[in-house]
Amino acid sequence: MEKYYHSVRLDPEKCKGCTNCIKRCPTEAIRVHDGKATIMEERCIDCGECIRCCPNHAKIALTDSLDKLADYQYKIALPAPSFFGQFKDREDIEAILGAFQSLGFDEVFEVALAAEIVTFNVHQYLASQAFKKPLFSSACPAVLRLMQIKFPDLLDQVAPFLTPMEVAARLAKDEATRKTGIPYEEIGAFFISPCPAKVTEWKNPMTTRHSAVSGVIGANLVYKDIVKHLLKNNAHGPSPKFHRATRRGMAWGYVTGESKSIDFGVGLAVSGIHNVMSLLEEIERGELKDVDFIELQACTGGCIGGPLNIHNVFVGRVRLRELIRKHGGQPEFYTQGQLLEMYNQGTFQATESVQPRAIMTLDEDVSQALIKMERLDQITNELPGLDCGACGSPSCRALAEDIIRGIAFETDCVIKLREKVKTLAEEILDLARIVPPAMSDAVKKDKAD
Amino acid sequence: MPVDSLQFTPQIKLEFRIEEEDFFVAGASASSVKKALQQLGLNQEVVKKVAIIIYEAVMNVAIHANHGVLRVLVDPTSVTVVTEDEGAGIPDIQLAMQEGYSTASHEAREMGFGAGMGLANIKQCSDDMNIQSNVGVGTTLSAKVLLKRSTP
Repeated sequence: MEKYYHSVRLDPEKCKGCTNCIKRCPTEAIRVHDGKATIMEERCIDCGECIRCCPNHAKIALTDSLDKLADYQYKIALPAPSFFGQFKDREDIEAILGAFQSLGFDEVFEVALAAEIVTFNVHQYLASQAFKKPLFSSACPAVLRLMQIKFPDLLDQVAPFLTPMEVAARLAKDEATRKTGIPYEEIGAFFISPCPAKVTEWKNPMTTRHSAVSGVIGANLVYKDIVKHLLKNNAHGPSPKFHRATRRGMAWGYVTGESKSIDFGVGLAVSGIHNVMSLLEEIERGELKDVDFIELQACTGGCIGGPLNIHNVFVGRVRLRELIRKHGGQPEFYTQGQLLEMYNQGTFQATESVQPRAIMTLDEDVSQALIKMERLDQITNELPGLDCGACGSPSCRALAEDIIRGIAFETDCVIKLREKVKTLAEEILDLARIVPPAMSDAVKKDKAD
Repeated sequence: MPVDSLQFTPQIKLEFRIEEEDFFVAGASASSVKKALQQLGLNQEVVKKVAIIIYEAVMNVAIHANHGVLRVLVDPTSVTVVTEDEGAGIPDIQLAMQEGYSTASHEAREMGFGAGMGLANIKQCSDDMNIQSNVGVGTTLSAKVLLKRSTP
């Protein structure tokens, strides 16, 4: 298996070795050893839970920086729908789009525009009735990665379409080549991302072999410069003309937006990775077969709650909704005819199906795995069951697993260690009470006399 | 089954108690067994089948019997699901096996259970299924799923 890349990393300087993150991680991917957290690379799904909960801000997301723009002759920014929720509603969208040009971009293409195409695709697909209910959105890469690891048998229910980010990159690059004559490879399309998982998705795409995205830049890295530019140019200058997205695409920035836009049959929207997990468990048991479409978002509140966004999720949400209320009603850029043609030709269909990743397995050989599991149960039963996390593993069961895998010891458990010390102390005391044979003889003689 | 006398075969046994009208234990036991089977690296199809069998079999006990126990045995060649209950028993097993035949209470149906598909589903998912029942005493159901080679 090729090396698995992921975006969320630890800043060892800042990590104080507390155990907040190990408890929140949905895939139990973090351990604290030698006073520092370590992320088990192959388990991390980049959901960003640890970034949110770390009191020392020691979890970071690796994204590209604006330096990467220099590698391309023509540069396009692809801002995520949620990005626009980071501004006060007095700003109009054209001005925000225009501000990207001050950062060195030649063009801006709203990902929300691509989301409208995905909306149409999924709606048509649902209307075709040729699918297993419920159908899952393919938009959130952290959710797909969770499914790969924990819910592999639900993967065939993922909507077989490219994500808005991918569609946007393809459309924007095609259009730029047509317009400027610059070769396709010389055009860079950069996603402005609220999300570390999108970085991973671009490097290891799940629904296509090669991503058309040229880089993923954290929203946090461009925000300040854009605000500066907006303040400077507030008074003057007509902003350049852009293709504009409507509410159907813009609403993808927060949870429920996607499913409401798709608007087919019975829809459901769930956000927060732990909520997503409990819902998927229900569905695995055969629940919700009567629901047509489920939008699943790893971040509470949807992409607007992404860890790379600047403002609080609810502040962002209300601002984005206001923007949509004011600016979401313009005529749609793509005609129904164009949308239908793209759907019929399968232009933005997924070319790869999302594959399971069996990384929780104890052993490749079933017999060996059974032996290990027996031992695992035994060790778990012997542990105190406090799930305190002081050993650096998220639960007693997880510590038992780590012992089986050879990366931890029973004495890592403080309670176990205490028991062992107590036994040792008692043994020492017992030994101390034993009178040496030479002396005991003397004692006997004393008595005889 | 031939007795493979001296060979030591590793085996895991998982056990759950089932109380009358405890409709949650079915889902809970199915998902905890599922986690274990995934950890053992068993084929997805097998895991799925076993989860369905457990859900349906435990539901049957919860709906129809006084109480019972679920046992899941895993060895390198198969997974066996056994439910043993004390309760009314099944007077006519063949009739009970028919799709859509149900004697579930109005209450159970109101909660969305008791569609009469339980035993049929179990049969469909298992490679070998066996029911023994004594009216007024109880029922023992055993369903076995063979492990195919896990596809890499």
